[in-house]
Amino acid sequence: MANSEQDFSTKLIHFGKEIDKTTGASSVPIYQASTFHHFDLDNPPAHDYSRSGNPTREALEEYIAVLEGGARGFAFASGMAAISTAFLLLSAGDHVVVTEDVYGGTYRLLTTVLNRLNIDSTFVDMTDFEQVKMALKPNTKAVFMETPSNPTLKITDIAEIAAWSKELGLLTMLDNTFMTPYHQRPIELGVDIVIHSATKFLSGHSDVLAGLIVTADESLGRRVKQLQNGLGTVLSAQESWLLMRGMKTLQVRMEASEKGAAKLAAWLQAHPGVEKVYYPGLKDHPRGDIHAKQSKGFGAVVSFDVGSGERARKMLGKVKLPIVAVSLGAVESILSYPAMMSHAAMPREVRHARGITDGLVRYSVGLEDIDDLIRDLEQALDI
Amino acid sequence: MNIESRLAQIGSQEDPRTGAVNYPIYQSTAFRHPRLGQSTGFDYSRTKSPTRSVLEQAAADLENADGGFACSSGMAALTTIFALFSQGDHLIVSLDLYGGTYRLLEQILSRYGITASYVDTNDIEAMEELCTAGTKAVLIETPTNPLMMITDIEKVAAWAKSKGFLTIVDNTLLTPFLQRPLDLGADIVIHSATKYLGGHNDVLAGLIMTKGEELTKKMGFLHNSLGAVLGPQDSYLLMRGMKTLALRMERHEYNSVKMAEWLKAHPAVEEVYHPALPHHPGHEIQKRQSSGNTGIFSFRMKDARTVEPILRHLKLIAFAESLGGVESLLTYPAIQTHADIPEEIRKKVGVDDRLLRFSVGIEHIEDLIADLGAAIDAALQEIEGA
Repeated sequence: MANSEQDFSTKLIHFGKEIDKTTGASSVPIYQASTFHHFDLDNPPAHDYSRSGNPTREALEEYIAVLEGGARGFAFASGMAAISTAFLLLSAGDHVVVTEDVYGGTYRLLTTVLNRLNIDSTFVDMTDFEQVKMALKPNTKAVFMETPSNPTLKITDIAEIAAWSKELGLLTMLDNTFMTPYHQRPIELGVDIVIHSATKFLSGHSDVLAGLIVTADESLGRRVKQLQNGLGTVLSAQESWLLMRGMKTLQVRMEASEKGAAKLAAWLQAHPGVEKVYYPGLKDHPRGDIHAKQSKGFGAVVSFDVGSGERARKMLGKVKLPIVAVSLGAVESILSYPAMMSHAAMPREVRHARGITDGLVRYSVGLEDIDDLIRDLEQALDI
Repeated sequence: MNIESRLAQIGSQEDPRTGAVNYPIYQSTAFRHPRLGQSTGFDYSRTKSPTRSVLEQAAADLENADGGFACSSGMAALTTIFALFSQGDHLIVSLDLYGGTYRLLEQILSRYGITASYVDTNDIEAMEELCTAGTKAVLIETPTNPLMMITDIEKVAAWAKSKGFLTIVDNTLLTPFLQRPLDLGADIVIHSATKYLGGHNDVLAGLIMTKGEELTKKMGFLHNSLGAVLGPQDSYLLMRGMKTLALRMERHEYNSVKMAEWLKAHPAVEEVYHPALPHHPGHEIQKRQSSGNTGIFSFRMKDARTVEPILRHLKLIAFAESLGGVESLLTYPAIQTHADIPEEIRKKVGVDDRLLRFSVGIEHIEDLIADLGAAIDAALQEIEGA
């Protein structure tokens, strides 16, 4: 059983439901059942319909709640399904302040779907607290953070924004995908809702599409539960099981990838063909100190600008080891081109204003030997 | 090609590399780009996943649709469809409605200024009166759940078209094997594929089928943006279930008609709601617009006190929510599926404390009749003794 005294690495293995009570099986069974028998009309079973509650999904939901130090956890069909569900805590007429370099899919949801439901949003540079304060409107109900942000790895001071929000009665939501609870536990810093695209580091194998939400308290948990069941945006039993399987190795994967990322960032910084490197662990990162205060590590994603779209294209054509694809946070290294992939949904002028230039690429370091990865990148940058 | 053949062959010729007759489960979220700006057609599995795509194409083909979209549950499919609408929009909806749909409309969408009116969707005049400047669509369940009310799809779709409204039909209970609403003029078909399409009470899934290029494009955008998509394992399991849809539906229909006839003749039963029975008000329309009957129906006991002991004495038939599986399930709508609908509306449509819904499985009919018969007898004995 998990308890608060234990180290994170122990909690990853012993989260509470890791052993099946009926058979003693060392892995949670996959309950591929949509419905459950009521043995007694007056004493309904704990689970009656899998959308409302499934034992496999529930084990995962308790697992992530333990890891994030929250009250309740919830699993969704994708990171965007989790984000969609979280935003539906708001109602028509409400306003939300959002970090400006938010994931492209979140930007699209807010500007093409939620706007039609009269949920208003303002995008601000959250590294500048004054901008956040200025975005406040009489109908502001929530603040949505992503730190480090994607792909330029800007750092938001979580405790500062959370304390200010709490004073004003605003709900705080934070996308913790890049750091995972191994490095960063926003609820401990005062955040109300933590969201994950669990497709990334938590699962870690580019094989599961999943989203997670953790709430700081029970009452928010009940509201999210009502939405999860009402909207039906749930994660299946098979995917829930695969995600738990991935999470068991989160810490060892994160440690190895991060070591590689730090070495890669330093190497890139010294490379004459690279104009700019974004990594919170670099000494010259403008808010590296704030990141170090709120997070135990720097993560495995490094973004860098090779100067032009033409150079980026050439390099992407020459790399051999990382897969060139969208997504990140996997055992295999993934090289992405945000302008045409994760941030393609963002208008060009908005994208450029946010530093997502045509020369910017994002490197998600996997578990390959870092010297192999660097050698490969060296030949690719020889253009 | 006949639908039985199309069902049996779902995905069987989709993997030319190996010739596998079952399409592989692509448990992959990301897809390598051959070159920058070039794609294999797959980039990120939320947007498009190979296994899900084969399912979606098969589903679209069965309903004669232009597009198919697989979602994480029937409610997720409905949520995605409802995201077509904006603040100020209004929907006209079947009165006898699935509780989850009612909850979504009244507890969630109402917060965004999307309103709904509930009406007998056969009553065009009543619907005409409910129209507002914001009306955008009609949502029909036919047969309805649990009272098996039948709506004339062609008539409603033609009326909706004349008003510029979308017609959305929940085809969960009949499936495309028995009824194809898009052919009758509907624009969108939705399925809780958890039910007959999956057929084994093991997969939670929803499907959306759309007619027309513009609507299909819009739905694809929402499907990707909201992200409530179906995973590859469940996509495979759903296709596996669909291969036996025709056989299962034939047996479900046979068993449910026999069971309904038997209950109709039972002295403890007040009424049986089954469109195959000639006295059912929707009998003629149902015969015209669909090629058969589904496996569920409902019946009302004469005495409410019999309900609890009947459920307790069943040995073979499970007392559980959901429907459409190979195993028989008995549901008590007032406290299960329709618990979220206010008592006043429930009573108006007839979902009261004497109503039971029977999802008849594919067991032998004599065993089912024997089990329910014994449970009713035991219940009657108990209340007489009390």
